[in-house]
Amino acid sequence: MVCVAISPSRPRLLWAGLLKQPDCAHAKALVRAFLWRQCTRPAAGGTAVAISQTTRESGRSVRLASSVGSRAMSETEGAACGQSLGDRAKTVAEMKLILQTVGFHWHIVALEEVFSLPPSVLRCFAQEPSGTKGAYKAAVDSFLQQQHAPAQGKEGLSQPGTQDPQNPSAPPSAAQTEAQPPIAAQTEALSRLFNSVKTLTAKEELLQTLRTHLILHVARTHGYSKVMTGDSCTRLAIKLMTSLALGRGAFLAWDTGFSDERHGDVVVVRPMRDHTLKEIAFYNRLFAVPSVFTPAIDTKAPEKSSIHRLMEAFVLRLQAQFPSTVSTVYRTSEKLVKAPRDGSAGGPPGPRCLLCMCALDIDTADSATAFGVQTLHLSQMQPPTPPAEAPTTPCCSARVGGAQGCCQGAGPCGRQDPRAHVIEQLCYGCRVNMKDVPSLDPLPPYILTEAQLRSQRAWVLQELQEYLIEDSDDEVQTGES
Amino acid sequence: MPAPPCASCHKARAALRRPRSGQALCGTCFCAAFEAEVLHTVVAGRLLPRGAVVAVGASGGKDSTVLAHVLRELAPRLGISLQLVAVDEGIGGYRDAALAAVRRQAARWELPLTVVAYADLFGGWTMDAVARSTAGSGRSRSCCTFCGVLRRRALEEGARLVGATHIVTGHNADDMAETLLMNFLRGDVGRLARGGGLGSPGEGGALPRCRPLHLASQKEVVLYAHFRRLDYFSEECVYAPEAFRGHARDLLKLLEAARPSAVLDLVHSAERLALAPSARPAPAGACSRCGALASRALCQACALLDGLDRGRPRLAIGKGRRGLDEMGPPGLHRGQVQTPASEAVPSF
Repeated sequence: MVCVAISPSRPRLLWAGLLKQPDCAHAKALVRAFLWRQCTRPAAGGTAVAISQTTRESGRSVRLASSVGSRAMSETEGAACGQSLGDRAKTVAEMKLILQTVGFHWHIVALEEVFSLPPSVLRCFAQEPSGTKGAYKAAVDSFLQQQHAPAQGKEGLSQPGTQDPQNPSAPPSAAQTEAQPPIAAQTEALSRLFNSVKTLTAKEELLQTLRTHLILHVARTHGYSKVMTGDSCTRLAIKLMTSLALGRGAFLAWDTGFSDERHGDVVVVRPMRDHTLKEIAFYNRLFAVPSVFTPAIDTKAPEKSSIHRLMEAFVLRLQAQFPSTVSTVYRTSEKLVKAPRDGSAGGPPGPRCLLCMCALDIDTADSATAFGVQTLHLSQMQPPTPPAEAPTTPCCSARVGGAQGCCQGAGPCGRQDPRAHVIEQLCYGCRVNMKDVPSLDPLPPYILTEAQLRSQRAWVLQELQEYLIEDSDDEVQTGES
Repeated sequence: MPAPPCASCHKARAALRRPRSGQALCGTCFCAAFEAEVLHTVVAGRLLPRGAVVAVGASGGKDSTVLAHVLRELAPRLGISLQLVAVDEGIGGYRDAALAAVRRQAARWELPLTVVAYADLFGGWTMDAVARSTAGSGRSRSCCTFCGVLRRRALEEGARLVGATHIVTGHNADDMAETLLMNFLRGDVGRLARGGGLGSPGEGGALPRCRPLHLASQKEVVLYAHFRRLDYFSEECVYAPEAFRGHARDLLKLLEAARPSAVLDLVHSAERLALAPSARPAPAGACSRCGALASRALCQACALLDGLDRGRPRLAIGKGRRGLDEMGPPGLHRGQVQTPASEAVPSF
């Protein structure tokens, strides 16, 4: 089963009726041409469209899920931009029209629903949802027989199994779900959350995180095992440079590579990553692909307002002067691997970041690093003050090293500093973002619950360390959840 | 409005705010903190063992001046001895003034100074001559590429002359961040794999190099030089405006304005990059002409000089190195795409 989710901020992917074309020799082109149309009006807004398709034994029905991700975000600046509930409803209606012409199943989900997500979203499951495995395999086998073509490229991905040019018009059975109009309290909570974030960079990152979690949740509930996003070559080059600047150098391969398996059972795939924005724009123009525009969180923001905007402007400007810039960065990204730090590859999987779910890239023991310098110099500078400073200093989020010491002794109940408990479970990039979030209360409850759960578990493990026998299989498997 | 008291000693009036943390400190405490941090970097990273003879690459600029000063203060604690090595690239109107500053510093600090010149080492090729040679090629000049490679070689020669065991250079955090950005934009996977982190451990007989200031931001370096009243040469090289590094530098300034910790975030990213094994540079061998460390048959310095001598200065620049008479391996990077305007400060 494949869930194709698209959540780019600018280019937007929608289905088009190319399924009706029967023959295409190259499977890759098949995937692209048949699965994707990308609307790339330069100012296309940030509505996330998640498309999912699933193959079943009975018929090749394809479901489409679209999550109107940044709708709520438009709402927060919507008051300033004049986006009201009426505008949102109008955009949703436009999107529905387009989705219906495509002929797939679809879902529309509002971002406010992050407030009702369960904490299990943040956990990584090892296998695919069990019910779908057999069905998927059977579907792939029968598709391959039909195509009479050898399996191409990445067999693990579901592309061969997802399309069905012979029966494009399997009537979408009653699996479309439409967004309930969002609950006002949740909308308000969302706008409160985003208004409390100080910088646009942190807002964009938070939006990205919440959107990912929501799409993940939708994919899991409906049993989709793959999620496809429509990031183009240009977008990914910009994303790579932005990730560098945000301190996510360790995770570049996951953020910008072809497949992203950090969530375990749901794999995020980026099939469009070989095409530049310009190619896609031409394609859409030539084939008259309809598109919907909504303002994003950073529409009309000045260039210097966030790191994302800066990088985008920089890369595009450099591209004008040195036309090989984007392809050079893209080629470099292909040389990245998903290795953990050298030397720790053999051990059991380490703890994962609470928000982005990548293996933590912070080593508190090694202080001759950029992270070490940021946490160390304060303690060096203040020998007279005793270390009981965690709640009082403004940069307590940077003093995780110290806070860890005093909190763990007091127990996991978070009475010392709940913020420190959350912060210490984040990777470097997420920590830097959290510095711009002054209070963790407006965050959706599933994040806070999971953070508490994990820190309790860590405390319990530490207490029981001496009694546990190492190297048992249970230990390794449950190390994740 | 009276200045707040120093956050560290609580006695003197604060004279500055640290760029990184916004803490208000007096001059003395700030300098002490800076030195303590450099000491920590050196000790925790085990960069300079006791008894090392350390050659400091002194250019007369703020970074190398601060580095030399700090190391001189810390030398008794670290148990090292210092030698100043200055490189004369032969850039008229710039390098001579800088060298005068270096000589003054050496006299003040009573440290032995050795000057090595390109003209002596590289068969009469000064940077001005190189610039003239590369000027007519239509694209912008790539003299920075030459300068960097040859300077590394000159520094190594100078260090050997004085019998040093380690080379230190004054690259600060901003330099590291710029280098990372630049290497990504130019697709220089080899340098990405080699660079980042603390320096090269010195394989194949080359002297180990390190950068003790690589976690200090540029602003703090300038502040330190100001409070210690150090005398340094602060003009930009004549050829600098043409370098590709300028783009990375502008970008870094903007990023820092958007997010103050951007520089250290980039350094953190550089430390944690994971490149595929196939992208790593070939194991080090020796150059067939001069015997220095090289990953191909000819080291880069010899290759560049070869190109200059033949009147084809671009011979060794860019990918492929076609036309050189070396039977090297097919190479990791031989491709169709030329890197854009291959100016760069070369390998770290």
